[in-house]
Amino acid sequence: MNTKVYRAIIRLRFLLLVQYRAAALAGISTQFMFGFVKVMVLEAFYLSSTTAQPMSLQQAIGYVWLGQAMLGMLPWNGDADIQALIRSGNVAYELCRPLDLYNQWYARAIALRVAPTLLRAVPLFLISLFVLPSRYSLSVPTLSSLAVWILATIGALLLGCAITNLMNISMLWTISGEGIIRLLPAVVTVFSGMTIPLPLFPNWSHKILELLPFAGLVDTPARFFTGQLDPNQIWLFLARQLIWTAILIIWGRWLLARGLRRVVVQGG
Amino acid sequence: MKDSLTLYLRYVSVSMRSQMQYPASFVMMVVGNLVVNAVEFLGVWALFARFGSLRDWSLPEVALFYGMVHVAFAVSEAAARGFDILHRQVKSGEFDRILLRPRSTVLQVMGLEFQLLRVGRLSQGLVVLLWALTNLDVALTPIQILLILAAIAGGALLFSGLFVLQATMSFWSLETLELMNVLTYGGVETAQVPVSIYRSWFQNLFTWFVPLASINYLPLMAILDRPEAHTLPVWVPWLSPLAGPVFLLVCLQVWNFGVRHYHSTGS
Amino acid sequence: MPQILVEDLVKTFRVSKRQIGLWGALKGLVAREHIFVSALDRVSFAIGEGELVGYLGPNGAGKSTTVKILSGILVPDSGICQVMGRTPWQERIDHVRHVGVVFGQRSQLWWDLPVIDSFELLRDIYRLSPTAYQATLEEMVDTLQLSNLLEIPVRQLSLGQRMRCDLAASLLHRPQLLFLDEPTIGLDAVSKLAVREFVKKLNQEHGTTVILTTHDMDDVEALCSRVMVIGRGRILAQGSLRDLRDQVTRERRLIVELDPDYPREYIAETLPQAKLVKWEGSRAHFSFDPTEVTPAELISEISGHFPIRDLLVENPPIDEVISRLYGELQL
Repeated sequence: MNTKVYRAIIRLRFLLLVQYRAAALAGISTQFMFGFVKVMVLEAFYLSSTTAQPMSLQQAIGYVWLGQAMLGMLPWNGDADIQALIRSGNVAYELCRPLDLYNQWYARAIALRVAPTLLRAVPLFLISLFVLPSRYSLSVPTLSSLAVWILATIGALLLGCAITNLMNISMLWTISGEGIIRLLPAVVTVFSGMTIPLPLFPNWSHKILELLPFAGLVDTPARFFTGQLDPNQIWLFLARQLIWTAILIIWGRWLLARGLRRVVVQGG
Repeated sequence: MKDSLTLYLRYVSVSMRSQMQYPASFVMMVVGNLVVNAVEFLGVWALFARFGSLRDWSLPEVALFYGMVHVAFAVSEAAARGFDILHRQVKSGEFDRILLRPRSTVLQVMGLEFQLLRVGRLSQGLVVLLWALTNLDVALTPIQILLILAAIAGGALLFSGLFVLQATMSFWSLETLELMNVLTYGGVETAQVPVSIYRSWFQNLFTWFVPLASINYLPLMAILDRPEAHTLPVWVPWLSPLAGPVFLLVCLQVWNFGVRHYHSTGS
Repeated sequence: MPQILVEDLVKTFRVSKRQIGLWGALKGLVAREHIFVSALDRVSFAIGEGELVGYLGPNGAGKSTTVKILSGILVPDSGICQVMGRTPWQERIDHVRHVGVVFGQRSQLWWDLPVIDSFELLRDIYRLSPTAYQATLEEMVDTLQLSNLLEIPVRQLSLGQRMRCDLAASLLHRPQLLFLDEPTIGLDAVSKLAVREFVKKLNQEHGTTVILTTHDMDDVEALCSRVMVIGRGRILAQGSLRDLRDQVTRERRLIVELDPDYPREYIAETLPQAKLVKWEGSRAHFSFDPTEVTPAELISEISGHFPIRDLLVENPPIDEVISRLYGELQL
């Protein structure tokens, strides 16, 4: 499929979201409140101790805001349309088409993550950068930090969509699929850094957390933006993101082939 | 009154049997809910492990706050689930069917679903609560335990009131429902630590507007030996569990108003 | 005093207009336009106890709005509405106790559980005494043949089976008034007949007033002594089917079956007072005005020219009558 189609999907999804203006506002307000509570709790914790921490309070606060702003990119749920396609059994018809189903779903995932992210990220960035008082605000990054953040965000998008696709594919196995759809978001939330910034987990766990795929979703970009990670570390972290992406894509394609064969054999 | 209770119990039985029609799926969902909630506690625990204390609150104290609010919320999630999903009925027009039956709308909406899987959050909350109670510095008298139970019950009614409000909102606009998450899930996140750590305007919001402080903070002032407790009149902690049911009653009035509005505008 | 009395009912809805395109959508973020749709424009009618009335009209004409007001779900802007001596929306619980509603497309049964569980839940909802419930249940199971369906989860029933169960469910509390909204939609022929038979019997034996909203003209023809046609929020025609037919046309049909091998070219010309409407295989359908030429004259005319195998005289199909009526009323 060509880029024109995916541009159209992004545009339509954006239009749809904008139509529901109240929903957009409500979503942003909700996220803002959640972020604010986390920030206040973090501040209270930091005030309780004077020892040096892996990240400063300012960095931790910035991290939280970045997580909220880029929430749309997290593989929070599968693609509802694809799930409906699988549940109804119509997915079997997709096999009749001479198209690569995995790529199709992957490209779709990208298109469907970009639209809501754009809509929510812009206001949240603006508010946390410029509106909030400095003790709670997101600090403006240096140019090099910003540049590597962009790279890390692209990596996060690719990685996130690979995970989303795995969630979609797991739906081909009804019971396990449902289980994964329920468990994965919670796992993703904690291990990506959305619950609390990963550097604040016990020091002994850092290496493990960094090696997990989920860190690449929020933790990696956020740490670059806030400067907690030095910009010249980008290649190491980007490589981790891309390696995981590749692993998950390969695994996903293999699972999809097996899953589709199963659908055909069982008659959907 | 009695036959309303019988009817509600029948609704619960029907709901539970419906959910257990797919046993494997059901088990998966309960396990899922357990994991989801356990994993969120990981964050709080990690922060304590790193910083040692939250301001001057110890981990057992904070765990007490955490356990109480999560147990209260889990009960309300399970029982008031019907209000949580009401927007679907309103959207599909199924709510009309509720109006066509000669019983109270509140009873029927509650009867829509009693969500068993919330036992995940409930058990996690209970575990944390029990751990907190056994690790606190203070020994609790029976009447203090009763206060804690009353506070949790009041909390469950408070959260149920929020779900009722959310359902009422769906009569006007389906788009803004997400805002209520600020008060429900946001409320849980806010109240799982002592509200005194927040800025005062935030504290006041959650004491007077949506009285989340009545679920754990205010009652615990009569139990924990804290400097803040001395600034409060003696009766405040003991009467604070009443805030929840009062709040619910107010929300039910708003619900009745909403149903009348629905009458006038259709779906 | 008629059971249902409706006078000058008015109901208007406010609908927000969504704007097209990206610019429109962004504008919509700031300001929304609204249009007002008049669903009911001074509707008046009366229905007596025990009547079986058909309520017809194109989609969007105001049928479901009327039914919603009569059942107490919706409040009109103005007008009088008295059902069984009550104003429906003002005394919702009392009113609804005596009313049954069946939506063709939406079941009121609990999806995942056996049918009997839904019935028992309804028994508790309507506070029916065990004896009354048992008697009514037995009657329903008997007349609708539900005995082998009771233990089956509703989601496993076919559409026809589910409709029969929904009918039973709506009547467990023995309402005096029954609203049927598209009850036969999507049903197979056998089920349709079963439903029609049941409704007829219900009306005749129990005197239940029935208001039937439908697009299926066979339903109307089989069941309704009286028909109301609504269009664009106004009642445009009322009366028996025959009156309605006569209002639109006095025309009748002559259907002649000929020998298939026989050349057909000149058949139209042999009957100048009749119009050849269509061919159906070897059958010719003619339309004629019985006040200008009698069927006997036509038959003797055509049999003089052609070997006829079979013939039939009938009214034009009710579908045509209704669509012609809509056309005349400019719906």
